[in-house]
Amino acid sequence: MYHKSQGYRIFSVFNHILLIVVALSCFLPLLHLLAQSFSSKAAVNGGLVSFWPVEFNTDAYVKTFNNRNFMGSMWISIMRTVLGTLIGMFVITTAGYALSKDFRGRNALMWIFVFTMLFSGGLIPSYILISELGLKDTIWALVLPGAFGAYNLILIMNFFKTIPKALEEAAFIDGASFFVIFTRIYLPLSLPGLATIGLFIMVGHWNSWFDGLLYMSTTEKYPLASFLQTVVVQNSAQNVALSPSEAAALSEQSIKAAQIFISTVPIIAVYPFLQKYFVKGIVLGAVKE
Amino acid sequence: MAFQDYKPWLGMTGSRWIGLENFERIFQYDEATQAIMNTLIIAVIKIIVGIVVPIIMAILLNEIRLTGLKKSIQTLVYLPHFLSWVTIAGIMIDILGLDGGINRIITGWFGSEPIFFLGDPNLFRPTVIVSDLWKNFGFGMIVYLATIAGIDPSYYEASEIDGANRWQQIWHVTLPSMLPMIIVIATLSLGGILDAGFDQIFNLYNPLVYSTGDIIDTYVYRSSLLNGQYGFGTAVGLFKSGISLILIVISYRIAYKFANYKIF
Repeated sequence: MYHKSQGYRIFSVFNHILLIVVALSCFLPLLHLLAQSFSSKAAVNGGLVSFWPVEFNTDAYVKTFNNRNFMGSMWISIMRTVLGTLIGMFVITTAGYALSKDFRGRNALMWIFVFTMLFSGGLIPSYILISELGLKDTIWALVLPGAFGAYNLILIMNFFKTIPKALEEAAFIDGASFFVIFTRIYLPLSLPGLATIGLFIMVGHWNSWFDGLLYMSTTEKYPLASFLQTVVVQNSAQNVALSPSEAAALSEQSIKAAQIFISTVPIIAVYPFLQKYFVKGIVLGAVKE
Repeated sequence: MAFQDYKPWLGMTGSRWIGLENFERIFQYDEATQAIMNTLIIAVIKIIVGIVVPIIMAILLNEIRLTGLKKSIQTLVYLPHFLSWVTIAGIMIDILGLDGGINRIITGWFGSEPIFFLGDPNLFRPTVIVSDLWKNFGFGMIVYLATIAGIDPSYYEASEIDGANRWQQIWHVTLPSMLPMIIVIATLSLGGILDAGFDQIFNLYNPLVYSTGDIIDTYVYRSSLLNGQYGFGTAVGLFKSGISLILIVISYRIAYKFANYKIF
Protein backbone atom coordinates (compact mmCIF):
# COMPACT_ATOMS: atom_id res chain seq x y z
CA MET A 1 0.00 0.00 0.00
CA TYR A 2 1.60 3.21 -1.19
CA HIS A 3 0.04 5.38 1.52
CA LYS A 4 2.22 3.75 4.12
CA SER A 5 5.55 3.85 2.31
CA GLN A 6 8.05 6.28 3.75
CA GLY A 7 8.85 7.86 0.42
CA TYR A 8 5.23 8.72 -0.13
CA ARG A 9 4.93 10.26 3.31
CA ILE A 10 7.89 12.56 2.74
CA PHE A 11 6.45 13.53 -0.63
CA SER A 12 3.11 14.15 0.99
CA VAL A 13 4.54 16.54 3.55
CA PHE A 14 6.36 18.54 0.86
CA ASN A 15 3.31 18.48 -1.34
CA HIS A 16 1.11 19.94 1.39
CA ILE A 17 3.63 22.67 2.15
CA LEU A 18 4.09 23.54 -1.53
CA LEU A 19 0.39 23.80 -2.26
CA ILE A 20 -0.36 25.82 0.86
CA VAL A 21 2.44 28.25 -0.02
CA VAL A 22 1.17 28.56 -3.59
CA ALA A 23 -2.38 29.12 -2.39
CA LEU A 24 -1.27 31.78 0.08
CA SER A 25 0.71 33.54 -2.65
CA CYS A 26 -2.54 34.01 -4.53
CA PHE A 27 -4.08 35.87 -1.67
CA LEU A 28 -1.32 37.59 0.31
CA PRO A 29 -0.78 40.40 -2.25
CA LEU A 30 -4.39 41.44 -1.71
CA LEU A 31 -3.94 41.34 2.04
CA HIS A 32 -0.82 43.47 1.71
CA LEU A 33 -2.85 45.98 -0.28
CA LEU A 34 -5.57 46.03 2.35
CA ALA A 35 -3.04 46.54 5.14
CA GLN A 36 -1.43 49.44 3.27
CA SER A 37 -4.75 51.14 2.72
CA PHE A 38 -5.39 51.24 6.49
CA SER A 39 -1.89 52.30 7.53
CA SER A 40 -0.35 55.68 8.27
CA LYS A 41 1.87 57.54 5.84
CA ALA A 42 5.06 57.02 7.83
CA ALA A 43 4.49 53.28 8.06
CA VAL A 44 3.69 52.86 4.36
CA ASN A 45 6.52 55.00 3.07
CA GLY A 46 8.93 53.44 5.54
CA GLY A 47 8.01 50.00 4.28
CA LEU A 48 6.87 48.78 7.68
CA VAL A 49 3.54 47.40 6.48
CA SER A 50 3.37 43.76 5.56
CA PHE A 51 0.05 42.01 6.08
CA TRP A 52 -1.38 43.89 9.00
CA PRO A 53 -2.18 47.64 9.22
CA VAL A 54 0.35 49.74 11.12
CA GLU A 55 -1.06 52.77 12.98
CA PHE A 56 -4.58 51.95 11.86
CA ASN A 57 -6.64 54.72 10.29
CA THR A 58 -9.36 55.04 7.65
CA ASP A 59 -8.27 58.37 6.15
CA ALA A 60 -7.55 56.85 2.76
CA TYR A 61 -11.10 55.52 2.52
CA VAL A 62 -12.67 58.77 3.70
CA LYS A 63 -10.60 60.57 1.09
CA THR A 64 -11.52 58.10 -1.65
CA PHE A 65 -15.23 58.18 -0.94
CA ASN A 66 -15.14 61.98 -1.01
CA ASN A 67 -13.35 61.97 -4.36
CA ARG A 68 -16.05 62.97 -6.86
CA ASN A 69 -14.19 61.55 -9.85
CA PHE A 70 -13.76 58.21 -8.15
CA MET A 71 -17.40 57.94 -7.13
CA GLY A 72 -18.53 59.05 -10.60
CA SER A 73 -16.41 56.36 -12.21
CA MET A 74 -17.77 53.81 -9.80
CA TRP A 75 -21.33 54.75 -10.76
CA ILE A 76 -20.48 54.38 -14.46
CA SER A 77 -18.98 50.97 -13.74
CA ILE A 78 -22.06 49.86 -11.84
CA MET A 79 -24.30 51.07 -14.69
CA ARG A 80 -22.31 49.35 -17.39
CA THR A 81 -22.07 46.13 -15.40
CA VAL A 82 -25.81 45.96 -14.70
CA LEU A 83 -26.86 47.03 -18.19
CA GLY A 84 -24.19 44.94 -19.88
CA THR A 85 -25.06 41.81 -17.92
CA LEU A 86 -28.81 42.16 -18.50
CA ILE A 87 -28.49 42.84 -22.22
CA GLY A 88 -25.78 40.24 -22.65
CA MET A 89 -27.74 37.54 -20.82
CA PHE A 90 -30.86 38.34 -22.81
CA VAL A 91 -29.29 38.13 -26.27
CA ILE A 92 -27.10 35.16 -25.42
CA THR A 93 -29.78 32.98 -23.82
CA THR A 94 -32.35 33.67 -26.53
CA ALA A 95 -29.82 33.08 -29.30
CA GLY A 96 -28.47 30.03 -27.49
CA TYR A 97 -31.94 28.53 -27.22
CA ALA A 98 -32.63 29.00 -30.92
CA LEU A 99 -29.23 27.69 -31.93
CA SER A 100 -29.50 24.60 -29.74
CA LYS A 101 -32.14 23.38 -32.20
CA ASP A 102 -31.42 21.96 -35.62
CA PHE A 103 -32.60 24.09 -38.50
CA ARG A 104 -31.45 24.92 -41.98
CA GLY A 105 -28.59 27.37 -41.96
CA ARG A 106 -27.81 26.83 -38.29
CA ASN A 107 -24.22 25.81 -38.93
CA ALA A 108 -23.62 28.74 -41.27
CA LEU A 109 -24.99 31.11 -38.62
CA MET A 110 -22.86 29.47 -35.97
CA TRP A 111 -19.71 29.89 -38.04
CA ILE A 112 -20.48 33.55 -38.54
CA PHE A 113 -20.70 33.98 -34.76
CA VAL A 114 -17.56 31.95 -34.14
CA PHE A 115 -15.76 34.01 -36.77
CA THR A 116 -16.34 37.13 -34.66
CA MET A 117 -14.56 35.33 -31.85
CA LEU A 118 -11.56 34.39 -33.98
CA PHE A 119 -11.08 37.48 -36.08
CA SER A 120 -11.28 41.12 -35.18
CA GLY A 121 -11.00 44.11 -37.46
CA GLY A 122 -8.54 45.77 -35.14
CA LEU A 123 -8.20 48.78 -32.98
CA ILE A 124 -8.73 51.67 -35.38
CA PRO A 125 -11.59 50.16 -37.40
CA SER A 126 -13.46 49.38 -34.15
CA TYR A 127 -12.87 52.93 -32.99
CA ILE A 128 -14.12 54.40 -36.26
CA LEU A 129 -17.16 52.14 -36.21
CA ILE A 130 -18.13 53.23 -32.69
CA SER A 131 -17.60 56.89 -33.57
CA GLU A 132 -19.63 56.67 -36.78
CA LEU A 133 -22.46 54.97 -34.91
CA GLY A 134 -22.50 57.97 -32.58
CA LEU A 135 -21.81 55.80 -29.54
CA LYS A 136 -18.62 57.56 -28.52
CA ASP A 137 -18.79 59.11 -25.04
CA THR A 138 -21.99 57.21 -24.22
CA ILE A 139 -22.36 54.20 -21.98
CA TRP A 140 -23.49 52.17 -24.99
CA ALA A 141 -19.95 52.19 -26.33
CA LEU A 142 -19.04 50.13 -23.26
CA VAL A 143 -22.13 47.91 -23.22
CA LEU A 144 -23.01 47.02 -26.80
CA PRO A 145 -19.76 45.91 -28.51
CA GLY A 146 -19.24 42.98 -26.14
CA ALA A 147 -22.89 42.07 -25.59
CA PHE A 148 -22.96 39.15 -27.99
CA GLY A 149 -19.99 37.09 -26.87
CA ALA A 150 -19.60 33.99 -29.01
CA TYR A 151 -17.74 32.11 -26.31
CA ASN A 152 -20.58 32.52 -23.82
CA LEU A 153 -23.07 31.69 -26.55
CA ILE A 154 -21.37 28.34 -27.20
CA LEU A 155 -21.22 27.62 -23.49
CA ILE A 156 -24.92 28.22 -22.90
CA MET A 157 -25.91 26.48 -26.14
CA ASN A 158 -24.10 23.35 -25.03
CA PHE A 159 -25.87 23.62 -21.71
CA PHE A 160 -29.26 23.82 -23.40
CA LYS A 161 -28.40 20.80 -25.53
CA THR A 162 -28.00 18.62 -22.44
CA ILE A 163 -31.64 19.21 -21.47
CA PRO A 164 -33.68 16.17 -22.58
CA LYS A 165 -35.80 16.74 -25.67
CA ALA A 166 -38.64 14.77 -24.06
CA LEU A 167 -39.31 17.64 -21.65
CA GLU A 168 -39.84 20.03 -24.51
CA GLU A 169 -42.05 17.59 -26.40
CA ALA A 170 -44.21 16.97 -23.35
CA ALA A 171 -44.64 20.71 -22.86
CA PHE A 172 -45.60 21.09 -26.52
CA ILE A 173 -48.33 18.51 -26.15
CA ASP A 174 -49.60 20.41 -23.14
CA GLY A 175 -49.91 23.45 -25.37
CA ALA A 176 -46.84 25.43 -24.34
CA SER A 177 -45.35 27.92 -26.79
CA PHE A 178 -41.62 28.22 -27.53
CA PHE A 179 -41.47 31.24 -25.26
CA VAL A 180 -43.07 29.40 -22.34
CA ILE A 181 -40.78 26.42 -22.86
CA PHE A 182 -37.78 28.73 -22.93
CA THR A 183 -38.67 30.65 -19.76
CA ARG A 184 -40.29 27.85 -17.75
CA ILE A 185 -38.17 24.83 -18.71
CA TYR A 186 -34.86 25.80 -20.27
CA LEU A 187 -33.88 28.75 -18.10
CA PRO A 188 -34.67 27.16 -14.70
CA LEU A 189 -32.91 23.93 -15.69
CA SER A 190 -29.71 25.65 -16.76
CA LEU A 191 -29.11 27.77 -13.68
CA PRO A 192 -25.47 26.65 -13.30
CA GLY A 193 -24.81 27.62 -16.91
CA LEU A 194 -26.56 30.94 -16.51
CA ALA A 195 -24.63 31.64 -13.33
CA THR A 196 -21.38 30.83 -15.13
CA ILE A 197 -21.86 33.16 -18.06
CA GLY A 198 -23.44 35.74 -15.75
CA LEU A 199 -20.24 35.72 -13.71
CA PHE A 200 -18.05 35.95 -16.79
CA ILE A 201 -20.00 38.86 -18.22
CA MET A 202 -20.18 40.72 -14.91
CA VAL A 203 -16.52 40.33 -14.10
CA GLY A 204 -15.63 41.16 -17.68
CA HIS A 205 -17.55 44.41 -17.54
CA TRP A 206 -16.29 45.37 -14.12
CA ASN A 207 -12.67 44.74 -15.05
CA SER A 208 -12.76 46.13 -18.55
CA TRP A 209 -10.61 49.24 -18.79
CA PHE A 210 -9.32 49.62 -22.32
CA ASP A 211 -12.67 50.42 -23.95
CA GLY A 212 -13.14 53.27 -21.47
CA LEU A 213 -9.74 54.67 -22.38
CA LEU A 214 -10.51 54.32 -26.07
CA TYR A 215 -14.10 55.50 -26.39
CA MET A 216 -14.39 58.13 -23.66
CA SER A 217 -12.86 61.48 -24.42
CA THR A 218 -12.82 62.88 -20.87
CA THR A 219 -11.76 61.22 -17.64
CA GLU A 220 -15.12 62.08 -16.02
CA LYS A 221 -16.73 59.48 -18.28
CA TYR A 222 -14.25 56.73 -17.43
CA PRO A 223 -15.52 53.58 -15.75
CA LEU A 224 -13.74 52.64 -12.54
CA ALA A 225 -11.23 50.28 -14.14
CA SER A 226 -10.11 52.92 -16.64
CA PHE A 227 -9.94 55.50 -13.87
CA LEU A 228 -7.74 53.16 -11.84
CA GLN A 229 -5.56 52.54 -14.83
CA THR A 230 -4.78 56.25 -14.98
CA VAL A 231 -4.09 56.39 -11.25
CA VAL A 232 -2.10 53.23 -10.83
CA VAL A 233 -0.30 52.74 -14.10
CA GLN A 234 -0.11 56.16 -15.71
CA ASN A 235 0.46 57.58 -12.24
CA SER A 236 -1.83 60.52 -12.77
CA ALA A 237 -1.60 62.54 -9.57
CA GLN A 238 -4.71 64.62 -10.20
CA ASN A 239 -6.93 61.57 -9.88
CA VAL A 240 -5.50 60.83 -6.47
CA ALA A 241 -6.64 64.39 -5.71
CA LEU A 242 -4.56 65.26 -2.68
CA SER A 243 -4.13 68.85 -1.59
CA PRO A 244 -0.64 69.72 -0.28
CA SER A 245 -1.82 69.71 3.33
CA GLU A 246 -3.44 66.30 2.91
CA ALA A 247 -0.36 64.98 1.17
CA ALA A 248 1.57 65.66 4.34
CA ALA A 249 -0.68 63.30 6.30
CA LEU A 250 -1.65 60.70 3.71
CA SER A 251 0.51 58.43 1.64
CA GLU A 252 -0.29 58.30 -2.07
CA GLN A 253 0.26 54.57 -1.89
CA SER A 254 -2.44 54.25 0.78
CA ILE A 255 -4.91 56.03 -1.48
CA LYS A 256 -4.00 53.86 -4.43
CA ALA A 257 -4.28 50.77 -2.27
CA ALA A 258 -7.70 51.87 -1.01
CA GLN A 259 -8.89 52.61 -4.55
CA ILE A 260 -7.64 49.29 -5.91
CA PHE A 261 -9.12 47.44 -2.99
CA ILE A 262 -12.55 49.06 -3.28
CA SER A 263 -12.58 48.17 -6.97
CA THR A 264 -12.01 44.48 -6.19
CA VAL A 265 -14.65 44.30 -3.45
CA PRO A 266 -17.56 43.49 -5.82
CA ILE A 267 -15.58 40.65 -7.37
CA ILE A 268 -14.56 39.21 -4.03
CA ALA A 269 -18.17 39.56 -2.87
CA VAL A 270 -19.79 37.61 -5.71
CA TYR A 271 -16.95 35.13 -6.04
CA PRO A 272 -17.94 32.60 -3.33
CA PHE A 273 -21.55 32.39 -4.55
CA LEU A 274 -20.58 31.77 -8.12
CA GLN A 275 -17.53 29.60 -7.54
CA LYS A 276 -19.62 26.48 -7.15
CA TYR A 277 -21.25 27.15 -10.50
CA PHE A 278 -18.37 28.16 -12.72
CA VAL A 279 -16.41 24.98 -12.16
CA LYS A 280 -19.39 22.97 -13.33
CA GLY A 281 -20.13 25.38 -16.17
CA ILE A 282 -16.61 25.38 -17.52
CA VAL A 283 -16.23 21.65 -17.30
CA LEU A 284 -19.47 21.18 -19.17
CA GLY A 285 -18.39 23.68 -21.79
CA ALA A 286 -15.02 22.03 -22.29
CA VAL A 287 -15.55 18.33 -21.73
CA LYS A 288 -18.10 16.99 -24.10
CA GLU A 289 -18.99 13.47 -24.95
CA MET B 1 -8.01 50.70 -44.35
CA ALA B 2 -5.01 48.45 -44.06
CA PHE B 3 -4.42 49.06 -47.77
CA GLN B 4 -4.71 52.82 -47.48
CA ASP B 5 -2.67 55.80 -46.44
CA TYR B 6 -5.54 56.58 -44.09
CA LYS B 7 -6.14 60.14 -43.01
CA PRO B 8 -9.03 60.68 -40.57
CA TRP B 9 -10.07 63.96 -42.21
CA LEU B 10 -10.34 62.24 -45.63
CA GLY B 11 -12.14 59.13 -44.40
CA MET B 12 -12.28 55.72 -46.08
CA THR B 13 -13.48 57.08 -49.41
CA GLY B 14 -11.04 59.97 -49.65
CA SER B 15 -7.83 58.33 -48.45
CA ARG B 16 -5.26 57.13 -50.98
CA TRP B 17 -5.04 53.41 -51.77
CA ILE B 18 -1.46 52.23 -51.51
CA GLY B 19 -1.79 48.48 -52.03
CA LEU B 20 0.45 46.35 -49.88
CA GLU B 21 2.81 49.13 -48.87
CA ASN B 22 1.67 49.05 -45.22
CA PHE B 23 2.34 45.33 -45.04
CA GLU B 24 5.81 45.74 -46.59
CA ARG B 25 6.62 48.30 -43.93
CA ILE B 26 5.92 45.75 -41.20
CA PHE B 27 9.07 43.93 -42.22
CA GLN B 28 11.10 47.05 -42.82
CA TYR B 29 10.66 48.67 -39.43
CA ASP B 30 12.99 47.28 -36.79
CA GLU B 31 10.49 48.13 -34.06
CA ALA B 32 7.77 46.09 -35.80
CA THR B 33 9.89 42.99 -36.37
CA GLN B 34 11.14 43.30 -32.80
CA ALA B 35 7.55 43.41 -31.55
CA ILE B 36 6.67 40.30 -33.60
CA MET B 37 9.67 38.42 -32.20
CA ASN B 38 8.85 39.47 -28.63
CA THR B 39 5.25 38.40 -29.11
CA LEU B 40 6.29 34.98 -30.36
CA ILE B 41 8.79 34.39 -27.57
CA ILE B 42 6.52 35.55 -24.76
CA ALA B 43 3.43 33.80 -26.11
CA VAL B 44 5.18 30.47 -26.77
CA ILE B 45 6.69 30.33 -23.29
CA LYS B 46 3.36 31.37 -21.76
CA ILE B 47 1.55 28.62 -23.67
CA ILE B 48 4.04 25.94 -22.64
CA VAL B 49 4.17 26.80 -18.93
CA GLY B 50 0.45 27.53 -19.03
CA ILE B 51 -0.17 23.91 -20.00
CA VAL B 52 2.53 22.09 -18.03
CA VAL B 53 2.15 23.83 -14.66
CA PRO B 54 -1.64 23.38 -14.31
CA ILE B 55 -1.26 19.67 -15.15
CA ILE B 56 1.39 19.23 -12.46
CA MET B 57 -0.56 21.29 -9.95
CA ALA B 58 -3.75 19.35 -10.63
CA ILE B 59 -1.97 16.05 -10.05
CA LEU B 60 -0.34 17.37 -6.86
CA LEU B 61 -3.60 18.78 -5.58
CA ASN B 62 -5.26 15.45 -6.21
CA GLU B 63 -2.79 13.88 -3.75
CA ILE B 64 -4.20 15.98 -0.92
CA ARG B 65 -6.74 13.89 0.92
CA LEU B 66 -8.15 16.43 3.37
CA THR B 67 -11.23 17.64 1.52
CA GLY B 68 -11.49 20.91 3.43
CA LEU B 69 -7.88 21.89 2.73
CA LYS B 70 -8.23 20.89 -0.92
CA LYS B 71 -11.33 23.03 -1.31
CA SER B 72 -9.71 26.04 0.38
CA ILE B 73 -6.65 25.79 -1.85
CA GLN B 74 -8.88 25.62 -4.92
CA THR B 75 -10.84 28.68 -3.83
CA LEU B 76 -7.67 30.70 -3.32
CA VAL B 77 -5.90 29.74 -6.54
CA TYR B 78 -8.89 30.45 -8.79
CA LEU B 79 -9.26 33.96 -7.39
CA PRO B 80 -6.50 35.86 -9.28
CA HIS B 81 -8.06 34.88 -12.60
CA PHE B 82 -10.98 37.16 -11.82
CA LEU B 83 -8.90 40.21 -10.93
CA SER B 84 -8.18 42.66 -13.70
CA TRP B 85 -4.66 43.27 -14.96
CA VAL B 86 -5.05 46.87 -13.85
CA THR B 87 -5.47 45.68 -10.26
CA ILE B 88 -2.64 43.20 -10.50
CA ALA B 89 -0.36 45.70 -12.23
CA GLY B 90 -1.10 48.12 -9.40
CA ILE B 91 -0.02 45.55 -6.84
CA MET B 92 3.01 44.46 -8.88
CA ILE B 93 4.25 48.00 -9.48
CA ASP B 94 4.17 48.47 -5.71
CA ILE B 95 5.72 45.23 -4.49
CA LEU B 96 8.20 44.82 -7.34
CA GLY B 97 9.34 48.45 -7.23
CA LEU B 98 12.86 49.41 -6.14
CA ASP B 99 11.70 50.00 -2.58
CA GLY B 100 8.86 47.48 -2.70
CA GLY B 101 8.28 44.40 -0.56
CA ILE B 102 10.17 41.89 -2.69
CA ASN B 103 13.25 44.08 -2.92
CA ARG B 104 13.23 44.67 0.82
CA ILE B 105 13.41 40.92 1.27
CA ILE B 106 16.21 40.65 -1.28
CA THR B 107 18.27 43.48 0.17
CA GLY B 108 17.45 42.64 3.78
CA TRP B 109 17.92 38.88 3.75
CA PHE B 110 20.54 38.41 1.07
CA GLY B 111 22.19 41.80 1.25
CA SER B 112 22.31 42.15 -2.52
CA GLU B 113 21.39 45.06 -4.75
CA PRO B 114 17.68 45.71 -5.36
CA ILE B 115 16.34 44.22 -8.59
CA PHE B 116 14.31 46.38 -10.96
CA PHE B 117 11.93 43.69 -12.24
CA LEU B 118 9.83 45.93 -14.46
CA GLY B 119 12.61 48.17 -15.74
CA ASP B 120 15.32 45.67 -16.67
CA PRO B 121 14.95 44.34 -20.23
CA ASN B 122 16.44 41.00 -19.15
CA LEU B 123 13.95 40.51 -16.35
CA PHE B 124 10.83 41.88 -17.96
CA ARG B 125 9.89 38.70 -19.86
CA PRO B 126 10.32 36.36 -16.87
CA THR B 127 8.30 38.78 -14.73
CA VAL B 128 5.51 38.86 -17.29
CA ILE B 129 5.49 35.09 -17.72
CA VAL B 130 5.53 34.29 -14.00
CA SER B 131 2.82 36.82 -13.17
CA ASP B 132 0.63 35.52 -15.99
CA LEU B 133 1.13 32.02 -14.70
CA TRP B 134 0.29 33.15 -11.18
CA LYS B 135 -2.95 34.72 -12.41
CA ASN B 136 -4.15 31.86 -14.58
CA PHE B 137 -2.74 28.49 -13.49
CA GLY B 138 -5.55 27.88 -11.01
CA PHE B 139 -8.18 28.46 -13.62
CA GLY B 140 -6.34 26.20 -16.06
CA MET B 141 -6.37 23.45 -13.44
CA ILE B 142 -10.16 23.19 -13.39
CA VAL B 143 -10.55 21.02 -16.49
CA TYR B 144 -7.68 18.75 -15.46
CA LEU B 145 -9.10 18.28 -11.97
CA ALA B 146 -12.43 17.37 -13.51
CA THR B 147 -10.72 14.90 -15.82
CA ILE B 148 -8.85 13.29 -12.93
CA ALA B 149 -12.05 13.08 -10.90
CA GLY B 150 -13.68 11.26 -13.80
CA ILE B 151 -11.12 8.44 -13.95
CA ASP B 152 -12.62 5.06 -13.13
CA PRO B 153 -11.32 4.08 -9.64
CA SER B 154 -11.08 0.43 -10.70
CA TYR B 155 -7.98 1.33 -12.77
CA TYR B 156 -6.24 2.41 -9.60
CA GLU B 157 -7.39 -0.67 -7.70
CA ALA B 158 -6.20 -2.96 -10.48
CA SER B 159 -2.81 -1.25 -10.70
CA GLU B 160 -2.42 -1.46 -6.93
CA ILE B 161 -3.04 -5.20 -7.00
CA ASP B 162 -0.38 -5.41 -9.70
CA GLY B 163 2.03 -3.76 -7.25
CA ALA B 164 2.20 -0.25 -8.71
CA ASN B 165 3.38 2.48 -6.39
CA ARG B 166 1.84 5.96 -6.39
CA TRP B 167 4.36 7.35 -8.86
CA GLN B 168 3.72 4.49 -11.27
CA GLN B 169 -0.01 5.00 -10.92
CA ILE B 170 0.32 8.67 -11.85
CA TRP B 171 2.55 7.84 -14.79
CA HIS B 172 0.56 4.89 -16.12
CA VAL B 173 -3.02 5.65 -15.12
CA THR B 174 -3.58 9.34 -14.35
CA LEU B 175 -1.52 10.89 -17.14
CA PRO B 176 -2.75 8.63 -19.97
CA SER B 177 -6.32 9.32 -18.87
CA MET B 178 -5.65 13.05 -19.05
CA LEU B 179 -3.96 12.86 -22.43
CA PRO B 180 -6.99 13.54 -24.69
CA MET B 181 -7.78 16.65 -22.66
CA ILE B 182 -4.16 17.78 -22.76
CA ILE B 183 -4.05 17.36 -26.54
CA VAL B 184 -7.23 19.38 -26.96
CA ILE B 185 -6.02 22.21 -24.72
CA ALA B 186 -2.57 22.23 -26.30
CA THR B 187 -3.80 22.35 -29.88
CA LEU B 188 -6.41 24.97 -29.14
CA SER B 189 -3.84 27.20 -27.51
CA LEU B 190 -1.90 27.23 -30.80
CA GLY B 191 -4.22 29.98 -31.98
CA GLY B 192 -2.91 32.23 -29.22
CA ILE B 193 0.64 32.15 -30.51
CA LEU B 194 0.54 35.80 -31.56
CA ASP B 195 -1.35 36.83 -28.47
CA ALA B 196 1.09 37.71 -25.74
CA GLY B 197 -1.45 39.45 -23.51
CA PHE B 198 -2.16 43.11 -24.28
CA ASP B 199 -3.92 43.86 -20.98
CA GLN B 200 -0.97 42.63 -19.00
CA ILE B 201 1.92 44.09 -21.01
CA PHE B 202 0.24 47.44 -21.57
CA ASN B 203 -0.12 47.94 -17.83
CA LEU B 204 3.35 46.73 -16.93
CA TYR B 205 5.69 47.90 -19.65
CA ASN B 206 7.55 51.18 -20.09
CA PRO B 207 10.04 52.58 -22.60
CA LEU B 208 12.93 50.95 -20.71
CA VAL B 209 11.79 47.47 -21.70
CA TYR B 210 10.46 48.04 -25.24
CA SER B 211 13.37 45.96 -26.57
CA THR B 212 12.13 42.77 -24.90
CA GLY B 213 8.59 43.61 -23.83
CA ASP B 214 6.93 45.43 -26.73
CA ILE B 215 4.41 43.12 -28.41
CA ILE B 216 2.32 43.39 -31.56
CA ASP B 217 -0.77 44.69 -29.78
CA THR B 218 1.05 47.38 -27.82
CA TYR B 219 2.96 48.34 -30.96
CA VAL B 220 -0.29 48.69 -32.89
CA TYR B 221 -1.65 50.87 -30.11
CA ARG B 222 1.35 53.18 -30.10
CA SER B 223 1.85 53.43 -33.84
CA SER B 224 -1.80 54.07 -34.59
CA LEU B 225 -3.22 55.99 -31.67
CA LEU B 226 -0.15 57.84 -30.46
CA ASN B 227 1.73 58.35 -33.74
CA GLY B 228 -1.28 58.61 -36.03
CA GLN B 229 -0.19 55.90 -38.49
CA TYR B 230 -3.72 54.58 -38.77
CA GLY B 231 -3.36 52.58 -41.99
CA PHE B 232 -0.10 51.02 -40.85
CA GLY B 233 -1.44 50.14 -37.40
CA THR B 234 -4.46 48.52 -38.96
CA ALA B 235 -2.23 46.54 -41.34
CA VAL B 236 -0.18 45.18 -38.42
CA GLY B 237 -3.38 44.23 -36.61
CA LEU B 238 -4.82 42.57 -39.70
CA PHE B 239 -1.56 40.69 -40.26
CA LYS B 240 -1.81 39.34 -36.71
CA SER B 241 -5.51 38.47 -36.96
CA GLY B 242 -5.00 36.74 -40.30
CA ILE B 243 -2.18 34.51 -39.10
CA SER B 244 -4.03 33.72 -35.86
CA LEU B 245 -7.14 32.75 -37.81
CA ILE B 246 -5.19 30.34 -40.00
CA LEU B 247 -3.53 28.80 -36.93
CA ILE B 248 -6.85 28.45 -35.13
CA VAL B 249 -8.50 26.74 -38.08
CA ILE B 250 -5.56 24.31 -38.35
CA SER B 251 -5.58 23.62 -34.62
CA TYR B 252 -9.32 22.93 -34.57
CA ARG B 253 -8.81 20.45 -37.40
CA ILE B 254 -6.06 18.73 -35.43
CA ALA B 255 -8.14 18.69 -32.25
CA TYR B 256 -11.07 17.25 -34.15
CA LYS B 257 -8.94 14.59 -35.80
CA PHE B 258 -7.09 13.38 -32.72
CA ALA B 259 -9.55 13.96 -29.92
CA ASN B 260 -12.84 14.21 -31.77
CA TYR B 261 -13.31 17.66 -30.34
CA LYS B 262 -16.02 19.90 -31.76
CA ILE B 263 -16.74 23.42 -30.64
CA PHE B 264 -20.46 23.19 -31.27
